[in-house]
Amino acid sequence: MTASSSNRWEHFPHGADIGIRGYGASKAAAFDQAALAMLAIMVDPATVAPAMEVAICCEAPDDELLLVDWLNALLYEMATRRVLFSAVQVELADHELQGTAWGEAVAPQKHVFGVEVKGATYTELGVRQLPDGSWLAQCVVDV
Amino acid sequence: MDTSLFTRTGDLRWEIPPHGKMRVPAIIYADEALIQAMDEKVYEQITNVATLPGIVEAAYAMPDAHWGYGFPIGGVAAFDPAAGGVVSAGGVGFDISCGVRTLHTGIRREDVEAVKPALAELLFARIPSGVGSTGLIHLNDRQLDEMLAGGAAWAVSRGYGTAADLERIEEHGCMADARPEAVSAKAKHRQRQEMGTLGSGNHYLEVQHITRIFDPATAAVFGLREGEVVVSIHCGSRGLGHQIGTEFLKKMAISASQHGIDLPDRELACAPIESPVGQSYLGAMRAGINCALANRQIITHLARQAFAEVLPQARLTLLYDVSHNTCKVETHQSDGQPRRLFVHRKGATRAFGPGHPAVPQPLRAVGQPVLIGGTMGTASYILVGTEAGERLSFSSACHGAGRALSRHQATRQWQGRAVIAELAAQGILIRSVSLRGIAEEAPGAYKDVTAVVDAAHHAGLAHKVARLEPVICIKG
Repeated sequence: MTASSSNRWEHFPHGADIGIRGYGASKAAAFDQAALAMLAIMVDPATVAPAMEVAICCEAPDDELLLVDWLNALLYEMATRRVLFSAVQVELADHELQGTAWGEAVAPQKHVFGVEVKGATYTELGVRQLPDGSWLAQCVVDV
Repeated sequence: MDTSLFTRTGDLRWEIPPHGKMRVPAIIYADEALIQAMDEKVYEQITNVATLPGIVEAAYAMPDAHWGYGFPIGGVAAFDPAAGGVVSAGGVGFDISCGVRTLHTGIRREDVEAVKPALAELLFARIPSGVGSTGLIHLNDRQLDEMLAGGAAWAVSRGYGTAADLERIEEHGCMADARPEAVSAKAKHRQRQEMGTLGSGNHYLEVQHITRIFDPATAAVFGLREGEVVVSIHCGSRGLGHQIGTEFLKKMAISASQHGIDLPDRELACAPIESPVGQSYLGAMRAGINCALANRQIITHLARQAFAEVLPQARLTLLYDVSHNTCKVETHQSDGQPRRLFVHRKGATRAFGPGHPAVPQPLRAVGQPVLIGGTMGTASYILVGTEAGERLSFSSACHGAGRALSRHQATRQWQGRAVIAELAAQGILIRSVSLRGIAEEAPGAYKDVTAVVDAAHHAGLAHKVARLEPVICIKG
């Protein structure tokens, strides 16, 4: 398996909400993929052009809290800027995250909407390295 | 779930005796079919809630309980501050004070039928809903603080509704002891453009007609008549509540060990009521309640304007407004004496019985209206609180149907367009910005709301008064 082919995301079932799971060749790539899984709940990412970029920084005492912070920071930026993101890139150093998100202003005529995500939760929260050396990052998000 | 996990202590009462770190029993109210269909995670989560410090009597789950985050959805737990009791952000949820209000219209089903498509279009056009939608009212910092302190009373003072509305809202439309200064600048920023928006997911505005009266005497007091039309609004505190929940979940997760709280799972993050974090959360959460009350009040105003254009003979008056994601200070009997408790209801509806002083005076003799939202294709119910509810569940009942299938499963099984067409054939008009949202909310993705309501009725948590069926649904 090449590094890039291990980067992917999926949704997993949860009673009332939705589980998001990112797999990546690196921890940072798993954070990217988890974010893409969350963004895909809100909008079909293929309908959102990466026309503008937003820088995001987070810091937390451990990887799991950092994942939740990262996801919630994306939600905050989208809500307050009235934009939707369709692409992200994360760099990690210890428990600091420098992220970039690309997207464009909300456009009801253009975007194919899903549902709003209220927040990332600590339910089924996990960031761990898998036996093959790749990484997994997941949690349940409240919709 | 495997029913052998429980001690059955009544037809509809399933008890998990204290074991391990549980301080009190956990009790689920449900019939056998509901408990068998219930997610095993409800067992795990309600058992975990029973381990939290200062919990009183029992951790309860309502008949619509399902897997939540921290607390199960449909969870009720009361904590005594004098016994080291805690407050939990996960026990309230991200959508602080999400709730339902139902309005009379004074008109009949046939009056709506004549203008149904026009009314649906107008309501959809006037009430902002869905991902990224913005309201027409933009608040500056000072106005936001006034709204957070004043709730629906603030909205009425700004011309959205009347003073009569306030008497039919929990807390008379204004949650006391809200602390706008405990709400972060980020939370306020997130709300700036979201006043008067419905949100998405399971939030809705429905025009419904009353198809059955179960309890004519109570229905008469509530002003409900078969064949008449009502409007129900289900939404919450929007971005502000979500941000408060996000921030305090983290603060509580980090500070739990400093408070000597051994969390069975991080998702149960909580803080002692008497701690600075606990007090700060309570102040912010109460401000979040006011935000939700103001939001539903503004949406009510928009609905009234839409009705006035199409059905000028309609008079939208409030039956009641009840929140189902809260932590409230209430006095309940425990160990034979009245105790001041912090009652968490996460996806559970307060259901005060006859004579309770918090019930509006014109309704007090019969009890509090308990508004249960169903699905857009089946039914919703109005129940009334009972005297027995006080000792059964700290006067709490279910809040909705509860999901049977995950959103993920629902989108595999249904398509939005087909759901809309199928409901249109049944005479129900759906308007939404999200076809996927419609698929996720397909009526078949939910448990049978009638079975849930019947279980609440037979368990004595609340009694059935009326059944409502949808005519128009504006889905977020």
